[in-house]
Amino acid sequence: MPNEAYKFEARQLTRAYGSGKKLRVAVDHVDFRIRQREIVSLVGQSSAGKTVLAKLLLRLEQPTSGELYFDGQLVDRRTNPRAYWRKVQAVFQDPFSAFNQFFTIRSQLLASFRLFDEKPSRAEMEARVDAALLAVNIKPREIDGKYPFELSGGQMQRMLLARIFILRPQVLVADEPTSMIDACSRATILEYLMKLKQELDMTIVFITHDIGLAYYVSDSIYIMHQGKIVEQGPPDQVTQHPTSAITRQMLDDIPHVNREWIKRDPASRRGKLPMSA
Amino acid sequence: MSPVLEVADLSLHYVTRFGTRVQAVEDVSFQLEEGEILGIAGESGCGKTTLVSGCMGLYIPPLYRTAGDVRIDGKSIVGMTPEQNRREVLGRKIAMIPQGALNSLNPTRKIKDLAADMVLSHEERAERKELDERLRERFEQIGLQATQVLGSYPVELPAGIKQRVVIGISTLLNPKVVVADEPTSALDVSTQKSVIRLLFDLMDRGIVASMLFITHELPLLRHVSSSIVVMYAGEFVEVGKTEQIIHDPRQPYTKALMSSMLSAEPGQRGKKPVAIEGAPPNLALPIVGCRFAERCPSVVPNCKSKQQKIRILAERQVRCDLAE
Repeated sequence: MPNEAYKFEARQLTRAYGSGKKLRVAVDHVDFRIRQREIVSLVGQSSAGKTVLAKLLLRLEQPTSGELYFDGQLVDRRTNPRAYWRKVQAVFQDPFSAFNQFFTIRSQLLASFRLFDEKPSRAEMEARVDAALLAVNIKPREIDGKYPFELSGGQMQRMLLARIFILRPQVLVADEPTSMIDACSRATILEYLMKLKQELDMTIVFITHDIGLAYYVSDSIYIMHQGKIVEQGPPDQVTQHPTSAITRQMLDDIPHVNREWIKRDPASRRGKLPMSA
Repeated sequence: MSPVLEVADLSLHYVTRFGTRVQAVEDVSFQLEEGEILGIAGESGCGKTTLVSGCMGLYIPPLYRTAGDVRIDGKSIVGMTPEQNRREVLGRKIAMIPQGALNSLNPTRKIKDLAADMVLSHEERAERKELDERLRERFEQIGLQATQVLGSYPVELPAGIKQRVVIGISTLLNPKVVVADEPTSALDVSTQKSVIRLLFDLMDRGIVASMLFITHELPLLRHVSSSIVVMYAGEFVEVGKTEQIIHDPRQPYTKALMSSMLSAEPGQRGKKPVAIEGAPPNLALPIVGCRFAERCPSVVPNCKSKQQKIRILAERQVRCDLAE
C-alpha cells in the first residue's frame, strides 16, 4: 500500500513516446518519495527527462506504466484535474508565455481564483492579490493597469510566484524558474521558494540544470540522466561526494571563479586595457 | 597594433512610441584589439545589447545615435546607409551570435539554405557547388557532421548542435569582430562549456579576430575574457582586467553583482542569498547624481547630488568617488 506520509510516491514511473524504432523513453522506471515540506531538486542536463517528469507530477501527462501517488492516492486519468491543481501548482521557465499579453496582470492574477469552486468576495480577492504582491516585494499600485510586456523578466517571474502565494497549493512544481532571468535576480527567486516552504509549509519540486542553485535551496537532490534518477541524497553528499559520472561532470562544468575551467594557452589571452589612452 | 574596433564617446537613445526619449547608452569609449575577448557584464536592461547594436551600426528607429564614433578596422561606420552597412560591414567585419540563438533559425528552411543565404547576401556570384563545398568544410571544422546537419531542418537538431550551427553561420565570412550576446544563457552547464570551447577554437584558428562577449554571469567571464566592462543604467561603471574585476572589484555595483552570484560552495547552503534590492533608474527621466545611489549599500548624501565621473583607480577605470 502506498504510504500516506509522503506527498508524492512514484513506483516504476515511466513515460515513453513513439513506438518501435522511434521509441523514446523520456522517464524510465523511476522511484522516489517526497515528504511534505521538503524542497527536492531535480537536476539534469537538457533532455534528461526533467520536464516530462514535471508534467507527470502535474497530471498533464499520463504514465505509460508505473504509478504515481499523491497523499497516498493514485493519480491517473480519473483524478479530477481541478481538484488536483488546487493542491499541485506550477511555475514555468518563461513567465511571458505563461501570461496572456492582452490582459492586465492584475486581472489575470484575479482570474486565478476561478480554480476555486467558491470564489471569495471581490474585496477579499483584491486584498489577497495585494498581499501576494507584497510577499514578492512588488508594490501593488506599481502594476495597476500594466500588461505583461511592460515588466522585466525578473518581475514577471515574481508575478508567477505571486500567483502561487494566492493559490497556496500544497505542492509547487517549479520548472527552471530561474533560467530566463538574469543571474543577479536568481537569488531573489530562490529566496521566495524558501519563503513558500517556511511560511506556507509548501512541498517544492525544483527543476533546474544548475546543480549550484539546487545545492542552495534543497533538502534533497535527485540527479536525472537519460530518463533515470541516477543519484539522490542530501545536497552536501551529492555535491561533495558524487557517485555518478554525470554528477561529477555537471559539477566540473560549472564555471567557477577559483578553479580552472577550460585549458587555454595564456598567450592567446591577449589585450591591454580597453581604455583609450 | 591598431585596434580592430574602436568606440569613441558613443551615446545612443531610443524614442518610444509615445515620443519619450530614453538615453540607453551614455558616453562610452573602448577599444578591442586582435586576439582579445572583451566581456560586457551587467543586469538585464543596462544597455548591453543596445551598445553592441550601436557597435554594429544598426541605427534603425527607434534606436538613434546621439553622438560618438565607431570605427572597425580604422574605418568609421556611423555615416553609412543601412544598405551599405549590411553589404560592407555586417557579417564581414562584425557579426553577431544573437541572444536566443536557438529560436533564430527559420524553421521552414534547411540549414544549408540558411547558411548559403549568409554567403550569397555578400557574394552574389558564389557558385552553388563551390558554396556547398565551402559550407561542408566549415561545418566539419567546427565539429559538426556536416552532411547530416546541413540537410536537416532546425527542429531536427538538439539545442547544443543548433547553437553550433548558429555560431557557424555567423562566422562564415571570417568577421573581424564577433558579438556573442548571451550565447550560453539558455544552455545547460555542459553544453555551455562545449560552446565556449568552440568560440576559443574559432579565435585560435584565426577565423574570428576578436570578440565582444555579453553576459550577466560574471563568473563565466573569469574564464572567457581578457578584460571586462561592467555596465549599469547605460554607463560603464568599472573597466579593468578580468582578474581585477572578478577578484578585486572596487566599484560598489560591481561588488554587489559579484556577491549576488550563487555557487555550490560548501557552507553556502541555506545562507540568505544577497540580491541587489530595487531597480535601476528610469532612463527616460533626467538623472541627478550617481545612478546607483538608490540601491548602493555604501551611499552617502553627496552621492545623490553629485554626478560621478569615471576615473583611474588601481590600474582600472572606476565610476565612484568613494571607491578606494
